[in-house]
Amino acid sequence: MTYYAYFVAGWLLLVGVYGIVRSRDLVHAVVSLSVCQSGTYVLLLSVGYQKGAVAPVFGSTLPTSTPVVDPVVQAMTLTDIVVGATVTALLLAIAVQIAKRHGTVDPDELVSLEG
Amino acid sequence: MLAVAPVRFDATAAHLLPIAITVPIVIACVLIAGRAMPRWTSDALAVAAALGVAGIDGAALASTTANRVVAWAGGWQPRHGFSVGVVLVADPLNAGLALLTAALMAAALLYSWRYFESAGAHYQALMLLFLAGMQGFAFSGDLFDMFVFFELMGAVAYALTGLKIEDRTSVQGALNFGIINSLGAYLSLAGVAVLYSRTGQLGLAQLGHALDHQQPDALIVGGFVLVSCGFLVKAAVVPFHFWLADAHAVAPSSVCVLFSGVMVELGLYGFARVYWIVFGGTLPGDDIRRAFVVIGLVTAVVAATMCFCQRHVKRLLAYSTIAHVGLFLVAVATLTAEGTAGAALYVAGHAGVKAALFLLAGLALNRYGSVDEWELYGRGKDDRLTGVLFLLAGLALAGLPPFATAIGKGVAEEAVAKAGYPWGPALFVIVSAVTGGAVIRAGLRIYFAAGPRPHGQGQPATRGDEERDVSTTIPRHPPTMMLAIVGLLAGSFVLGVVPRWYSAFGNAAQRFVDRNGYIAQTLTAAPATVVHHLPDVSWTASSVVLGTVSALLAVVFAFAGLYHERAPQPVALVGRAFGPPLRVLRGVHSGHIGDYAAWVLVGLAGIGALVGLPLR
Repeated sequence: MTYYAYFVAGWLLLVGVYGIVRSRDLVHAVVSLSVCQSGTYVLLLSVGYQKGAVAPVFGSTLPTSTPVVDPVVQAMTLTDIVVGATVTALLLAIAVQIAKRHGTVDPDELVSLEG
Repeated sequence: MLAVAPVRFDATAAHLLPIAITVPIVIACVLIAGRAMPRWTSDALAVAAALGVAGIDGAALASTTANRVVAWAGGWQPRHGFSVGVVLVADPLNAGLALLTAALMAAALLYSWRYFESAGAHYQALMLLFLAGMQGFAFSGDLFDMFVFFELMGAVAYALTGLKIEDRTSVQGALNFGIINSLGAYLSLAGVAVLYSRTGQLGLAQLGHALDHQQPDALIVGGFVLVSCGFLVKAAVVPFHFWLADAHAVAPSSVCVLFSGVMVELGLYGFARVYWIVFGGTLPGDDIRRAFVVIGLVTAVVAATMCFCQRHVKRLLAYSTIAHVGLFLVAVATLTAEGTAGAALYVAGHAGVKAALFLLAGLALNRYGSVDEWELYGRGKDDRLTGVLFLLAGLALAGLPPFATAIGKGVAEEAVAKAGYPWGPALFVIVSAVTGGAVIRAGLRIYFAAGPRPHGQGQPATRGDEERDVSTTIPRHPPTMMLAIVGLLAGSFVLGVVPRWYSAFGNAAQRFVDRNGYIAQTLTAAPATVVHHLPDVSWTASSVVLGTVSALLAVVFAFAGLYHERAPQPVALVGRAFGPPLRVLRGVHSGHIGDYAAWVLVGLAGIGALVGLPLR
């Protein structure tokens, strides 16, 4: 069970790359990139996970000796999500523009940059 | 809770570093908010901001000659070796790199003074955000911060690449660039997570301290390979280099100045910094040296070959950049202060020359509506001055003394030979001569109508039909454009002739490789270690001779390219034998995003094998 989350993270990264490699549609490629990135979310969160630990919020009721999960990786994941949202939005906008200019979003038919 | 420790660091210099990052962001916001302001105000404001950042970087550089500048954000300094703060660290090398970034940005903005008349202020705002990202990446002393700034400069760069959204190739290049670079960034982030899981630290110094003298196990090697692959994607090292040619060929020329001159080199800087500080105490140097000298060699050879085959001038320059990055990587991978000094000086000299070349290509595009070497044959005959500048820049790219490229190349050659690679100088001479030769060939064809008129078809090739950067043809080159070009070339020249400047790279490199000093000064504010043996960075007989040989050889290659159809029978037969492998190599550069992503995985596995297998 301990290694399961790491396995999922690695799987998401690889399957995302596979999606980009085999993509027949640029929107699909951009979403595959997001799948890759989801792998990093899972990896980060599983690094900070502790069995039986609670959320890292120390109020007046929670004694400071309580084990909590690592807040640093959660902050990193949040940053990562923000970065990912920006990049995905930008890439999708470019994909729309490619569809307008080339009349296709199939990478196999985009041949203006060879050699 | 951690209490805020009393400020023990040099407060004035330390305050400069965050300002260098925030100034461009603030001005970018002002530009976007004040979209209605007259064109010249926004131009002037943007150039002033870039020059201001250059001034800040210069001040930071001046205060780092004897001492690193360490800035803990918000004063969250480490207590008992533990820290929750993030840190910016300046030593002469990264302060110099930041200064180069700002100077190139000023030149690019000056050049585009009359550019993009319709584009409005968002172009300048994006450029300034790009500058902020690069400043942050250079100064960051924290691995996760490096990822964030890496992505900041990445996202802005994708937008800048696709700035001409009406252009067919432009949007495709931007998408390839965006997907491959983001993929690289996510690999880096996975590496950061792996390293955090081992050490619970994110700062470079803390990580280095925690990993010191540890046996390099699978986790450490995996973390290193993932983090480095991300940075090497940005550095466009083979086989991660495909995006670069696509992006550089289609981005506006002023943006290419930043891409080629400094963004790619920042990837290499990130790789070297992370190796030295984080992994210098755990991964054996021999292993890393072997792996990355090989990768640099392959990069240089593949890209130099591709460079010579191009007819799209900006794409040609892009492959030349990749070839030079290969050379820089070989020099950095010697893991010596000499090699680092040579690489740094070579980067600085190359930045000025390559930036000037991209701007010259931009002039041609604005004037003739194309950057295709074949189509432009003889079109620039009435513009000999530009032609002479183009040829001069080509020679400087090949390493003509006394340009800084020549002395940087010379120092790097000696360091590589001394590190046990006697073929090093030959590699540097040939690769720089081939790329310089390709540039000179293009210049001779376009501006002097040299050689027979090129013809031929059937090759899979990217032609240089591109949308103009400006909406209307500019009849005469505006003085601001020429000023930027001449200034960049002069910068590379002056750096090569002022002994105080080029010899400073020895000190910078020595500080860069002094990992114990970096860690101690960052974590405990220890005084800087006294450096005894500075690598000697000066003109030697061999650097003058090899530089001249490179430049002459470049001219020979250029004429061989011009007159290859008139070659005598035996030579032509030998030449034809290269045909099939060349076609395969060009076929690999398919412009297909799926292929590029597959190559990233191949590269990841390859670097993993090169680094990891000998450690078993």
